[in-house]
Amino acid sequence: MTAPKRGWLQSGWAHTLVLVVALLALWQALYWWAGDVALAPPLATFAYTAKLFTTESFDAHVIDTLRAFAIAYALSVVIGLVVGFWLGFDRLSGDVLEPMIVSLYAVPKLTLYPILLLAFGLGLSAKVAFGVIHGVIPIILFTLSAVQNTKPILVKTGRVLNLSRSQMVRWILFPAAIPEIFTGLRVGFALTLIGSLLAEMFASQRGLGYLLMNGIGLHNVELIMSVTLIIVVFAFAVSSFLLYVDKRLHRRV
Amino acid sequence: MTRLGWYRFAVVGGAVALLEVLSLTGAIDKITMQAPHLIVRDLWRMLVSGRMNGAIMKTMGNTVLALVLALGVGIIAGALLHRLRALRDTLDPLFATYYAVPVFAFYPFFIVIFGLGDTPQILIAFMLGVVAVIVNTLNGLDRVPNVLLKTARILQMSPVDTALRMTLPSAGPYLLTGVKLAVAYSFIGVIGSEFIMSRGGIGYEISFAYANFDNATMYPLILLILLASIAINGVLSRWEQRLLSRRGMR
Repeated sequence: MTAPKRGWLQSGWAHTLVLVVALLALWQALYWWAGDVALAPPLATFAYTAKLFTTESFDAHVIDTLRAFAIAYALSVVIGLVVGFWLGFDRLSGDVLEPMIVSLYAVPKLTLYPILLLAFGLGLSAKVAFGVIHGVIPIILFTLSAVQNTKPILVKTGRVLNLSRSQMVRWILFPAAIPEIFTGLRVGFALTLIGSLLAEMFASQRGLGYLLMNGIGLHNVELIMSVTLIIVVFAFAVSSFLLYVDKRLHRRV
Repeated sequence: MTRLGWYRFAVVGGAVALLEVLSLTGAIDKITMQAPHLIVRDLWRMLVSGRMNGAIMKTMGNTVLALVLALGVGIIAGALLHRLRALRDTLDPLFATYYAVPVFAFYPFFIVIFGLGDTPQILIAFMLGVVAVIVNTLNGLDRVPNVLLKTARILQMSPVDTALRMTLPSAGPYLLTGVKLAVAYSFIGVIGSEFIMSRGGIGYEISFAYANFDNATMYPLILLILLASIAINGVLSRWEQRLLSRRGMR
């Protein structure tokens, strides 16, 4: 299936561009309205952000956040896929546990953070654990539904060919489920990022989340806005890319 | 209770019993966590004594305010965007990636602008919820069968009648999905921002108790939030399932 040809003005890129320009204009307008005490204008924020990246201590904070996030995401993906495949395969466990996992989704997980801190101590492992409890849930749920919704004809074909359980996963279930699993990975990416940043905001001496909270204490508006900008741009860029891949994968099937 | 219900009950019961045994034997020490039966007892005492009523009311009030705002603005914006194709296309990239951006990252920024009161918390909770409402409203309106709208026109129904008798019933389940998400998000937004930095509310009390090693207050409050959010979400999910199954969609 090919998308109908559209002019450049109707393309997704043009819409994104218009949106970004509109948001920047809104930001500048807010600055004129609210003034220096509350807000830094876009250009000054960009300049400040660029300057931040040249300082060594700031780079250390960025690397710290990225490290915690990377470990947390890797763990979320592995645990999420394993549990998701298990629950998708084993009908009974899936039916019993799925609603329970869904309801965990609605819980304000931030309140669980003190428990994690007591269990893991202040530091990298608590941050990682917090990222994982945010990110792993969507990956489990999407994988589970992907496996359960595999077309029966594919599974039957596998059975006719006498495939073992691991062969079934490798050659039938996994390829068929990839688009939906990828959606889970995309949502999991966003939530893991949110989880690790929140962990830093609450109790940490390092990372971007810590810098944000520190900015409040020092009433450093430029710092707060720069760090918020970095986080928003990073999240927006990566997830736009993932969304693009996601749409392509779904179009293939 | 159904067979599956019993299994779920067994899983939760087993987990609680395991925690109980681990706490009683000292495998989990008292500083880390209290035994589950003590947490329940403390929660009961706390609710009876009423010393947390102020915090609970504050959190509830802010959550409801944020929820009402998110629903009102979200449904109206959704209905408008449904008419304005060009604007909708422009905002689409924003909606698609909105939940990838950590909204809580804006909280420090809001504190600087509005001060450390209720406004930044309500704003965060509103921002978390409103896009879910918009997206689900659009989704619901997209799925109203054209034939119903044509029928309404043939019957010369007024716009209000069309909305109440045709659009609302058939977009209902999707709207409810938006409502369900908005409830969860406003609760998460308010509790989360109270927890990060605030002057009152359940989230604040938890972080205060944590800072003072006051486990007898912290764990019961965490349990309270867990129970409340799971219960509310359960009720709304049931209702959603019923609406969907009435239309043969599940």
